[in-house]
Amino acid sequence: MGGRLTLITGRTREQAIGMHKGKASKEYRCATELVEMNPDDMTRLRIQDGGLVRLHTVAGEVELIAKAGSLPPGLVFVPMGASANMLVEAETHGTGMPSFKGSEVTVEPA
Amino acid sequence: MMLGVLGGRVYDPQNGGDGEIRDIWAKDGRVVSPEEVDPDRAEIIDAAGLVVMPGGVDIHSHLVGAKVNAGRKLRPEDHRGAERARTGVFRSGSGRTVPTTHLTGYLYAEMGYTTVMEAATAPLVARHTHEELADVPILDKGAFITMGNNHFLMKCIRDGRREAARDYVAWLLGVSKGYAIKIVNPGGVENWKWGRNVGELDDEVLGFGVTPRQILETVAWINDELGLPHAPHIHGINLGRSSSARTTIEAMETLAGRRTHLCHLQFLSYGKGKGRVHSSEAAAVAEAVNANPEVTVDVGQVVFGPATTMTSDGPLQYSLHRATGSKWVNDDVEGETGGGIVPILYKRSNPINAVMWLTGMELFLLIDDPWRVFLTTDHPNAGCFTSYPHVIKLLMDRAYRLEVLESIHNRARKGALLHELDREYSLREIAIISRAGPARALGLRNKGHLGVGADADIAVYQEMDDKAEMFARPRYVFKAGELVARDGMVVADPPGRTFYVAPPYDPGIEKDIRKHFEQAYTVSFENYSLASDQVAHGEAVACR
Amino acid sequence: MTTMVEHIACTFCGCVCDDIVVEVEGSRIAGVRGACVVGRGVLDEYDPEVRRPVVAGREVDWEQAVGAAAAILNEADSPLIYGLSSTAIEAQRKAVKLADRLGAIIDTTSSVCHGPTGLAMQAVGEATCTLGEVRDRADLIVFWGCNPAASHPRHFGRFSLTPAGALTPNGRADRTVVVVDVRPTGSSKQADHFLQVNAGADFEVLTALRYLARGEDVEAAAIGGIPVSQLRDLVRTMKACRYGVVFMGMGLTMSRGRHLNVGELFSLVAELNTYTRFSVIPMRGHGNVAGADQVLTWSSGYPFAVSFARGYPQFGPGEFSAVDVLARGEADAALIVASDPVAHLPRAAAEHLEHIPTILLDPTPSLTASIAQVVFPTASYGLDAAGTAYRMDNVPIPLHRLFASGRPTDEEILDRIIEAVT
Repeated sequence: MGGRLTLITGRTREQAIGMHKGKASKEYRCATELVEMNPDDMTRLRIQDGGLVRLHTVAGEVELIAKAGSLPPGLVFVPMGASANMLVEAETHGTGMPSFKGSEVTVEPA
Repeated sequence: MMLGVLGGRVYDPQNGGDGEIRDIWAKDGRVVSPEEVDPDRAEIIDAAGLVVMPGGVDIHSHLVGAKVNAGRKLRPEDHRGAERARTGVFRSGSGRTVPTTHLTGYLYAEMGYTTVMEAATAPLVARHTHEELADVPILDKGAFITMGNNHFLMKCIRDGRREAARDYVAWLLGVSKGYAIKIVNPGGVENWKWGRNVGELDDEVLGFGVTPRQILETVAWINDELGLPHAPHIHGINLGRSSSARTTIEAMETLAGRRTHLCHLQFLSYGKGKGRVHSSEAAAVAEAVNANPEVTVDVGQVVFGPATTMTSDGPLQYSLHRATGSKWVNDDVEGETGGGIVPILYKRSNPINAVMWLTGMELFLLIDDPWRVFLTTDHPNAGCFTSYPHVIKLLMDRAYRLEVLESIHNRARKGALLHELDREYSLREIAIISRAGPARALGLRNKGHLGVGADADIAVYQEMDDKAEMFARPRYVFKAGELVARDGMVVADPPGRTFYVAPPYDPGIEKDIRKHFEQAYTVSFENYSLASDQVAHGEAVACR
Repeated sequence: MTTMVEHIACTFCGCVCDDIVVEVEGSRIAGVRGACVVGRGVLDEYDPEVRRPVVAGREVDWEQAVGAAAAILNEADSPLIYGLSSTAIEAQRKAVKLADRLGAIIDTTSSVCHGPTGLAMQAVGEATCTLGEVRDRADLIVFWGCNPAASHPRHFGRFSLTPAGALTPNGRADRTVVVVDVRPTGSSKQADHFLQVNAGADFEVLTALRYLARGEDVEAAAIGGIPVSQLRDLVRTMKACRYGVVFMGMGLTMSRGRHLNVGELFSLVAELNTYTRFSVIPMRGHGNVAGADQVLTWSSGYPFAVSFARGYPQFGPGEFSAVDVLARGEADAALIVASDPVAHLPRAAAEHLEHIPTILLDPTPSLTASIAQVVFPTASYGLDAAGTAYRMDNVPIPLHRLFASGRPTDEEILDRIIEAVT
């Protein structure tokens, strides 16, 4: 019983800083292994701030730490990186650009 | 490396040659006297029955740099079906009107051209221009630096600091590794940043209180003061407009007595016609050119077919975009200039295009002195440089010219002066307008001729009745004595040199420039200059 | 002994700030002044240690690694060359030369950032300007689908928000700033107006703006989640400004519509020039991704996704772009330069790199390094490799060689591979 939401991925300051420390570093993993969500969505889906959630798209599945963020209802954000890319489909619709933003995703407590 | 091109009919107008049989000897890249060569060790080309000319010199071509590359990027449709595959060491490439860098070098060389000048580079992006030039093989080249809307220069003019303006120009040419001063729509490009333009030589440049006339007068004075090898290279105001012939003639009067080169003059020789179709004012403009011995021009001949217009003249490109509906690139460059790109298709059936075509033809035929009018298509604005053989045919073959004239739109053709112009260019005159003349105007003493000491850049043609065919595929092309193309196909791709000037200036000016930089630029003063080792095979050309 | 070296360019993002002061102590960096929190990491983490190349998990000498790379490329029928956005144009030139020589497919990280922007430019053109024009003239700045506060931290201070310019002497007070995004961000906090667009609805909002700009009416209360009254106000502001600039980012290129979104924005910007002056600047991400577009374009005619398989360049986004070539399993070897596709491409594409021999040139350890067959730990551009990087507005910035580290540059390794392939 997960919620159907829209996934966007993108750069964050913390992700960029973490990258310089190396992709195996704690900083990088902390910066990229999380999902930001709308607080009301979190309440509705019984997701705790800081809790582990499972995200699922047609491309794959990944478990991340949920964080309340300033997102409109229905939208979730995952910083760019290997975790986000478990969820992004490789289909580019003839453009070369996959759907880094706008895939349908279900989110549920892990 | 030694070379003998023997027994050919040599057209070397600089040294008086008009088709007499002569042997050309070369050693270590230069033309030498016969006694300096050991004929047994030289590569011997039997040129009996063939036409021998110096390598072609293009005085105005947009072949590399920010604008050209934006044009390439803009036009995938231009490249499709106009590809060349990689063969051996030669790179692949593409582009019908805006070819890629390596292909540009090959195509020019295959046509017998060995020296080409990039016509417009903003100093802020001169580094880009030089990086592309390094990827243009075979050709010797140089870059003109746009200054007609430069803030520092205009401030100097406003403040009456002519010497400071002179020192700045010398500094700017040196740090951008440029070859000549380029002026594009003086003041008009700055005004375009306010959505405006200039229309008269005495209009005000917004925010600076100077006029196009002052800018022209100042740079012409500076050019003489610095003793630059080339004249200031000027694209005047009102390009493409019906007032252009009038302001072109006014500009010549203003600059009378000073060395001046007016580029792609065809685009600036129109008068008021009927409706949106301008008239050709080539006769009046040619008369002014004939009367001003310090003036040289290149024509910018329109060739029917696809082209890509690209100039630093931002407002012009915008109006072309509005007029044609074609896609449009604009680029405003901080403190210096601007520019735009619009693809175009010149059609015989379009009366405006037809007038442009015949205006160019009339200029070629009405300017008396071939040493002062040069063959260009303002590549790729009026057509690709690969059309030069076709333009040569139009000039040499009156019957063919009339055939084309008969095919163009009625409104342009009716009453056109071109019907009455019987002149046919001779091979010697072609050698002047495509080699000797532009080399002399550029101040390149070792180019455009085959006298002792000249660069051994030699094009050897099979004479044919069809002059377009003759000039499209030379039998042999030598660059610095090395065979680079044979039967119209490239066979070697040595790197070419980059010519630049480094005129002396009062170093005191650098303090002012540095201060200007802090306010006017988003790059550091220190990162603006190019060192001489950042120019591929750079060679400084002496000022007077 | 420490030396202060001034006017150093930071190569992390597309701002390529060239006013950084670096305190050099022998072979390492002792201090950095002027860099932002994101960019200074490049300098702070600079590790001058010369590491040896690795082939199949074993350290080898450079010559052996070049031999191994050449053998992989000679063996391959359809090699892919990819990355190139974090290296100097000198290396990019060699990479294209190698692709041409091999008949390879070459693509850059452009295809997964502003590739769609390039497609839009090819369709409708692009009215743009350099960043100095923004600082000196622009009194209206619109950020659409980008968040410079996170991705380009000095952008606001150097170009777009606060600096004083010739016609903007009062800095921030002389500019109206609008942010359009799907969510509030660090950047929207800085704006005078924030328009929150529904995810995936940019195209209809931009179309509505084009309508309104032409004086047509839009019969709806809201478009894409934005009240039409707000869109009307935006159009009024756009038409009334002296010089407007839109900065656009991944919010448009990665969302539904992709190049069509960007094309709609570029058309709007072109049309606004009927009323006033307007420009658009794509927020390029990596330090020299703009240079990668430039080099590939001047060498092949096309900015990314180029195949030389037929002997001449062919352009094929969706066909020759890295994600597609990898996800379809078409590449049988890969050469990655200065990029980490294993971290940054969708899993289905990235995992193919684990199944084919992959060669990597990169100074820093990465996920791609962990799966690559051959790894060349090359010099860092702008630190121990000189060259040129092109800023997001395509202004070329020279990169200096601060250290003689002994690490070969990407350019040198590519040159040696070119020599070694048949």
